[in-house]
Amino acid sequence: MGKDNFPNVRMMQGNQACAEGALAAGCRFFAGYPITPSSEIAEHLSVALPRAGGKFIQMEDEIAAMGATIGASLTGLKSLTATSGPGFSLKQENIGYACMTEVPCVIINVMRGGPSTGMPTLPAQMDVQQARWGTHGDHSIIVLVAATAQDAYEQTIRAFNLAEKYMTPVILLLDEIVGHTTEKVVIPDASKIELIDRKKPDVPPEEYKPYAETEDLIPVLANFGTGYKYNVTGLCHNETGFPINDNAMIEKLIVRLTKKIVSNRDDIISNRTMSLDDAEIGIFAYGSVARSAQSAVTRCRAEGIKVGLLEPTVLWPFPKDEVLEMAKKVKAIIVPEMNLGQMAREVELASRCEAPILKLGRVDGNPILPDQIVKMVKEVV
Amino acid sequence: MFNYLEYVREENFPHIWCSGCGDGIVLKALIRAMEATGMSRDEAVMVSGIGCSSRTPGYVDINTLHTTHGRAIPFATGVKHANPGLKVIVVTGDGDATAIGGNHFIHAARRNIDLTVLLYNNYIYGMTGGQCSPTTPIGYKASTAQFGNIEPTFNISGLAIAAGASFVARADVYNAKQCEKMIGLALEKKGFSLVEILTPCPTAFGRRNKMASPVKLMEWLRDHVVSGAKWEKLSEEDREGKIRSGILIDVDKPEYTEEYKKLTEKLRAV
Repeated sequence: MGKDNFPNVRMMQGNQACAEGALAAGCRFFAGYPITPSSEIAEHLSVALPRAGGKFIQMEDEIAAMGATIGASLTGLKSLTATSGPGFSLKQENIGYACMTEVPCVIINVMRGGPSTGMPTLPAQMDVQQARWGTHGDHSIIVLVAATAQDAYEQTIRAFNLAEKYMTPVILLLDEIVGHTTEKVVIPDASKIELIDRKKPDVPPEEYKPYAETEDLIPVLANFGTGYKYNVTGLCHNETGFPINDNAMIEKLIVRLTKKIVSNRDDIISNRTMSLDDAEIGIFAYGSVARSAQSAVTRCRAEGIKVGLLEPTVLWPFPKDEVLEMAKKVKAIIVPEMNLGQMAREVELASRCEAPILKLGRVDGNPILPDQIVKMVKEVV
Repeated sequence: MFNYLEYVREENFPHIWCSGCGDGIVLKALIRAMEATGMSRDEAVMVSGIGCSSRTPGYVDINTLHTTHGRAIPFATGVKHANPGLKVIVVTGDGDATAIGGNHFIHAARRNIDLTVLLYNNYIYGMTGGQCSPTTPIGYKASTAQFGNIEPTFNISGLAIAAGASFVARADVYNAKQCEKMIGLALEKKGFSLVEILTPCPTAFGRRNKMASPVKLMEWLRDHVVSGAKWEKLSEEDREGKIRSGILIDVDKPEYTEEYKKLTEKLRAV
C-alpha cells in the first residue's frame, strides 16, 4: 500500500501544514524573518510560493516582515508572516497598524519559552496574552490556536477567512510541539474548502469612501492600483481615511474596531468538547496541552472519574459563556498550560466564582503530560 | 500655468507645515516631476513613515499609505513585490529613514527593489519639536542637544551608495528646478533610487541655531550647496564645508522584482 492509495493523506510537520493550509486558503504573499521554531513555514513557502505564482520575501527583520505583509495585502494579495516569541514582540507595532487600518493579514506565532530569547527550541504557551494585548492601544483581535498538524492546516485556512471577513489581522498560535511534530494530515478536496474573500467596492471611485459606515461595521478596502485612490493611515481617521482630531469621530472609530469583532463572537469562537455533559471536574486546555488533557480524560473516565474537557480553538474572543456554563456544572476547573496561568486568569474571570480554578502551569520547557493532569484530577476528587 | 489642483486633494488644504518649511516646495517639485513622467495616478502609490515629510501623501491624489515610524520602506517593499506594475514612491525624513528606519533603508538599497525614495533632510526631528537627528551637524543645537550636538552625522547619500542603490542624487529646495529634475530622474530609474532633499526647518532647527528666519535658511542652502558641474571645478580647499548636489551615482543593476519574476518563470516552466 503506497501513498498513492491515499492521495489525500500526507505526513506533515505542523509548520509545513501551516504553509500548505495558507496555499489552500489562497495566500500568495509571505514576508518573514528566520526564527526558531517557526522557520520551516518560511522555508516551505520560499519553495511553494514562487511555484504557485505567489510572492515570497525574506525581510531584514521582523518589523519589516510585518510591514511588507500589510503592504502586500493592500494590493489584494492574501498575506502571511510567521514568527516566534521575540519576533512576535517586534511585530506588535505593525500588528496594531493593521488593526487600526483594518488590513487583513495572518500572523503565525509558533510559541517558544520566554521572556527574552528564553528557550528557542522548547515549547511554551507564554504568548497567549501578548497575542491579545501585545500592541498598544484599545483594539480587538482574533487569535486561533492549533493542537495538531491537521489543526495547523485547517486553522490557517480559517485564519485567512476570518481576516478577510472581518478586515483584521488574525493571529494563529502553535506551540513548538505542534510546529515540529510530524503527523498525519488529511488534505480536504480543494472544492470542499470554503474560502472567503474581502468585500470589493460596489460604487464608482468618485463615490468611494474606504471607511464609510457599513451595516456590518466592516469597511470595504479597494485594492491599490484598481482606480480607487484613497489614503490609509495609522492615525485616527474619518471615513475617507484622513487624519482627524474630532473627539466624537475618534470614539466612534475606536469603539467600532472592537465592536466589529466582539459583536460577532458567536461566529468567531469555536470549541471542542469531550465528555463535558456529565462532568464533575472540568479541564480547560488548548494547543498541544489539550492532547494530554484528552488522554487524561480517557484514563480518568476508565477509572470512573467524571472528567470533561473544554478545548477552545479560538482563544480570543475568549469563550466566556462556555466557560461559565462549564463552571456552573463542575466542582472545579483545572487549567493546564505551558505558562504560569495566563489563560487560567481568563477562566477565573469568566467563571464568576461558580467553581474554583486550579492552575497547572509548567514553564520548564517540557510538555504537560497526561499523568500530571490525572494526578491533579485525583487530588481534586 | 501648471495646474497643481489636478494632483492634489484640495479638501485637505491648508497643509500642516509651518511657515518657511521647505516641504511644500518639494511637494510642488514632485507633482511637476510626476506630470513630466506621465505616470498613471491610479497606478502610483506613495508610502510614508512618521514625521513632517511623511504627511506629504495626504495631499497627493494617488494611492497613499501613511505608515509607522521608520517603516515606510518595508510597507512599500510589500506593495511593490506584490504588484510590480505599481509605481511606488516613498516619502521619508532624516530621522524616519536613517535612525528608526535605518535598517530598512540600507536593505532596500542592497536589494535594489524599484522604489523611489524622497528623503527630506531637514537636520532635525521637526514634528516632535526639534530633537537631534542623525544629520544634525556637530555643534548645532536641538531640544535634546541644548549645549550643541557632539555626535558625528550620517552622509545619507553616501550610505545609500555604499548599500547598493542604483540611483542617488542630492538636491535642495533653494534650487527647486534642480530638485524637480532629480526627482524626475529618480522616478524614471529602474531599481532603488534616492533623492536626498535638503529642506529648511526654521521652526525647530533654525530658531535654535540663529537662523529663525526662513530666508536665512534658504541663504544657507544657497551658500553651501554646490551642483555637480560647479563642484568639479572647485579645489579641495574650496569644497570644505560645501555640500555637493546633483547625481551622485547612476548605475544599472538587476532589480529585485524583475529577478523574482525571472525565477518564477523558470520554476513554472519546468
